[in-house]
Amino acid sequence: MNSDVLKGPWDIVVVGGGNAALCAAITSAEEGARVLILESAPKTYRGGNSRHTRNFRCMHEGPLSVLTDSYGEDEYFDDLMLVTKGKTDEPLARLAIRSSEECLPWMEAHGVRFQPSLSGTLSLSRTNAFFLGGGKALVNAYYNTAEDLGVTVVYDAEVTHVHIEGDRFTHLEAQVGGKSHRIEAKAVVLASGGFQSNLEWLTRAWGPAAANFLIRGTPYNKGAVLRDMLDQGCESVGDPTQCHAVAIDGRAPKFDGGIVTRLDCVPFSIVVNRDAERFYDEGEDVWPKRYAIWGRLVAAQPDQVGYAIIDSKSIDLFMPSVFPPNRADTIEELGAQMGLDGVKLAATVSEFNKACRTGRFHPTELDGLATEGLAQPKTNWARPIDTPPYYGYQLRPGVTFTYLGLKVSETAQVHTASGPLSNVWAAGEIMAGSILGQGYLAGFGMTIGTVFGRIAGREAAAYVN
Amino acid sequence: MSIDLINEARRQTEICNACRYCEGFCSVFPALTRNKMFTDGDITHLANLCHNCRGCYYSCQYTAPHEFDLNFPAALAEVRQDSWERHAWPQPLARRFHESGVAVAAVLIVGFVVLFGMLQTFRPASGEGFYAYLAHGAMVSLFLPAFLLPLLSVIIGLRSYWQEIGGTRIRWSHIKGAGLAAARLKNLDGGQGQGCNFEHEDRYSNTRRWLHQAVMYGFLLCFAATSAGTVMHYVFDMPAPYGLFSLPKLLGVPGGVLLTVGCVGLAWLKTKADPSLGAARVWGGEMAFIALLGGTGATGLALYAATGTALVPVLLAVHLGFVLVFFLLLPFTKMIHGFFRFVTLIVEEQKRGA
Repeated sequence: MNSDVLKGPWDIVVVGGGNAALCAAITSAEEGARVLILESAPKTYRGGNSRHTRNFRCMHEGPLSVLTDSYGEDEYFDDLMLVTKGKTDEPLARLAIRSSEECLPWMEAHGVRFQPSLSGTLSLSRTNAFFLGGGKALVNAYYNTAEDLGVTVVYDAEVTHVHIEGDRFTHLEAQVGGKSHRIEAKAVVLASGGFQSNLEWLTRAWGPAAANFLIRGTPYNKGAVLRDMLDQGCESVGDPTQCHAVAIDGRAPKFDGGIVTRLDCVPFSIVVNRDAERFYDEGEDVWPKRYAIWGRLVAAQPDQVGYAIIDSKSIDLFMPSVFPPNRADTIEELGAQMGLDGVKLAATVSEFNKACRTGRFHPTELDGLATEGLAQPKTNWARPIDTPPYYGYQLRPGVTFTYLGLKVSETAQVHTASGPLSNVWAAGEIMAGSILGQGYLAGFGMTIGTVFGRIAGREAAAYVN
Repeated sequence: MSIDLINEARRQTEICNACRYCEGFCSVFPALTRNKMFTDGDITHLANLCHNCRGCYYSCQYTAPHEFDLNFPAALAEVRQDSWERHAWPQPLARRFHESGVAVAAVLIVGFVVLFGMLQTFRPASGEGFYAYLAHGAMVSLFLPAFLLPLLSVIIGLRSYWQEIGGTRIRWSHIKGAGLAAARLKNLDGGQGQGCNFEHEDRYSNTRRWLHQAVMYGFLLCFAATSAGTVMHYVFDMPAPYGLFSLPKLLGVPGGVLLTVGCVGLAWLKTKADPSLGAARVWGGEMAFIALLGGTGATGLALYAATGTALVPVLLAVHLGFVLVFFLLLPFTKMIHGFFRFVTLIVEEQKRGA
């Protein structure tokens, strides 16, 4: 890259290269602003966590694009309240929800293509619009649109410092091509994600257990800009110690495993820890409502590991796994294969099997088929594990995103204790903690990114024009 | 069977089956959700169902340098190519012309020599049009076997392929479904008519689809023109030459134009696309095949344009040389994909219905 390009002059510099950054860049470029995107990843890994996403949760009064029926503001908000247990900023949340409806046609007009709900996700056909090809296709479409609008993109550009004087951003410092550069612009949009791939930061919050966490998304979300802004007195929201973690395949790559590492077998299994003991009700609720808590449950076990054990009756009841399961004709052998005490595992299974009773098994609804007399019951789908071959999956906590973020206003402006910064806006995961204080609602991250990306782009463009 | 190719495609298929983001692009992804385990025949079937639109590659979050190292279009292209070669009959001819453009060119030259020789040897005392230069009987004695032998080879290959991928009893609905998919090149439309990812990387384009349609319909028109001529000759006793407003010319001239334009376009597009997303080892052979096919159309048009001039004998030999070699190499060049593809679309209809 020719480093002269960094000299500009630029109206707006966008830090980050995912969905929120691109929505901001496109919106402000359409208003005539000269826009520079600084993406810390190389081109092949551009797009942050957006490249792993698959859908967009969208309010709609009637059938809209691929979305069926309707999904109103109040129902959407109730869903959000349910998962966040009230940890949200209602005005911001309602703004995101209300704006989502006009976002969908905007996304289509800017190159995003939607497809009907994927097989195995029919329950989302009313609420979530799926991207054809997934999030990377969305990211590609936005990069093409941005390029057509004259936006300049620099990859491998790691922003190290956003310089603030008084209430104004003046310039930023970035490492590009092994050299430090000073980049000036009239305004800045911060859309550089959270810090979930910063293991040191996670360790500070979680202790040594964090070493065993897998990061489901991009390794480039190190939170350098977030840290820098917090150090300069910007107001934060969200619990700094918390991250959203789900139970995923323990053999997943350390970073970037994405969607395929999920395991949907837990409700039909028993899950044991390193000591071959069960530790939680595997059948508490349907998996879409429970997968998120299992990240935390596994994180709390010794060595942050769990083992889901099923038999051949259940192997076809869930989405295929990316890695084949361990498989054996006896429980002892399966346990040994997985590094567990096989005899103890057999005893745990046998105790569980004795507690199962007969009844109607129904894999897709709460069937009430519960164990009897166990200290740790399984309250649904409790069928004896007795039909070889037996299968086992190792589970690890997979971190999806972190909650700590920058506090923003309804115009996406970043705040310090003494008020808003006049030319700094934030969008996407870096500010999502304002709305998602806890839990997660499928497809809502993309909604926040799109809505606040567009707001940030609009506001920044209005400021510089 | 090249088990390494199949195993690599199977590895990638299983990752795709755990993801499914690409379901809306083409028939391959809905097809792979039918299974959790994939036999060799399943993989070969998926490979031949894939039209190499590349939408999945550019959308994929797991392409290199990611450790999953997905390149699904290339993995399937390798298996597909291998399947054409494995089922080719006779086997000694299976690979050479796919891999080597030089080999195709060499046969073409032999074809020219044969035709020039025949024109020298079998020039009749009298005759009209082409038959003034090469007697009808001589032409038939050359082209009838040159058409029937490759056809036999194709049938033998398709039969063993059919067994491998698990074809069952064909019903009209299967042929109709396959025919509609082929007629519209549904699997190259990106799922929503936006086209495929070929010459502009991650930007969609229908250029390849339209050019392929030009080639396909151009070829079918040319074939229909020849068939019409045959019928007119034998059934209605109306031998060539035919005027412009005759069935063979009304079909053949637009057919030749479409075929030529389509082939030139496809060759040009191929130079713009990333060869590593296909079966890279056959790039040269594919280019030679496009030239062979396009040359067949172009020389046919040139021959017609030269009617009544001194160029006719030369152009006749060249055109017939192209036609001869095109047919002789049909089972051993990219042309075979049309047959495998159509059979695969039929079997896909069967599996979908099952």
